[in-house]
Amino acid sequence: MSVRHALLALLSEGPKYGLQLREEFEARTGEVWPLNVGQVYTTLQRLERDGLVESDGSADEGPQKGFRITAAGEEELAGWLRTPPDLSSPPRDELVIKVLVAARLPGVDVHEVIQTHRRYLVQLMQQWTRIKEEDDGHDVALGLAVDAELFRLDSVTRWLDAADGRLLRAAAEGPPPPAATPPLPPLRRRTGMRHSARHG
Amino acid sequence: MSMLQLHDVVKVYGEGPTEVRALRGVNLSVDAGAMVAVMGPSGSGKSTLLTIAGSLEEPTSGEVLIDGAPLRQMSRSEKSRLRRRTVGYVFQDFNLLAGLTAAENVALPLELDGVAARKARAAGMRVLKDLGLGDRASRFPDQLSGGERQRVAIARAVVGDRRLLLADEPSGALDSANGDAVMRMVHAACARGVAAVVVTHDAQLASWADRVVFLRDGRVSDQTAPADPESLLTPGP
Repeated sequence: MSVRHALLALLSEGPKYGLQLREEFEARTGEVWPLNVGQVYTTLQRLERDGLVESDGSADEGPQKGFRITAAGEEELAGWLRTPPDLSSPPRDELVIKVLVAARLPGVDVHEVIQTHRRYLVQLMQQWTRIKEEDDGHDVALGLAVDAELFRLDSVTRWLDAADGRLLRAAAEGPPPPAATPPLPPLRRRTGMRHSARHG
Repeated sequence: MSMLQLHDVVKVYGEGPTEVRALRGVNLSVDAGAMVAVMGPSGSGKSTLLTIAGSLEEPTSGEVLIDGAPLRQMSRSEKSRLRRRTVGYVFQDFNLLAGLTAAENVALPLELDGVAARKARAAGMRVLKDLGLGDRASRFPDQLSGGERQRVAIARAVVGDRRLLLADEPSGALDSANGDAVMRMVHAACARGVAAVVVTHDAQLASWADRVVFLRDGRVSDQTAPADPESLLTPGP
């Protein structure tokens, strides 16, 4: 979540005070992402340093200090809205790795491992759905934010279902010839590459 | 108060080499006002569980109690009266009659049970209004959206004094917003004291339930702990 661009978006509606920005940010994201006041001011200072917002210099630092967006800020916001987030490279998914490891480890029931994660995910989804339900469908921002979380968690449970089925079929067909076993080293190499790329 | 109880329910189809053990000792209890979702892969016994809970099929062994009454001790006519008066079913494909309005569809189970037409219509209107569909009462099924049709089907399933709602993938063919509307309605029915069992493979649908039971190879293999919505809104460690 880009707090920086969310603040620019709020300021593109007109000048606002720091405290007001924090309240509006939380309201617009359905209060799903709580924001501390320090985060708001640090971000505003950086935006000002980069020439994307201006403050009325007269007031002291604090909740009553006013901010407005600059032309450069408007441009930055327009560019950000249309820039696709990085979804192209697969994330280093801890759950995938756990299931891959469980599938190969002797004495471990991979289906039991899968069910443990499935139960946890469904419980999380129950909690999000309860929030959506209690709102009664009136808060559109909350509905959007909760749906995003539900669809994300849902996709993970679907992958677990698919993995469960694939492993059952594989077991029913008997042990594959050694050459057909998916090799683990490429996975390590790939995650290693990403790891070093992130720090490099 | 438990509205539905399954004790060690076993269901075997066929015998010898073609024998299929659909349920292998299922225990389940659903209280009045509660919604339980049953999840599991195809072939896990979900639909068999629902038909046995609704007395549409008999278990090979084990006991089913609806509102405290054991089905095994009921005569055929007692069971069909139970199905007409106490149990409501909802399927994925609505099953509304095209020639009847929403209100007439909802009133139909009562009329079939011998309730006078006027009284049945009044009860039908009442449940449609209760569940937020009062303004759709005089429309025919083809004048309703898919989501509205399914909500009418739920109203029909809980009309009168029906206290056990059994649903098989009730929002399976609907988009997310309509699926939400359907599940809100199941919740509204539960708030009136109805016990609901929803069978599904869809985690989003199941997440509306108070409790999610996982079925595997004809057995309850796992279930969720009670939900705590507060834990999501407080920042984690």
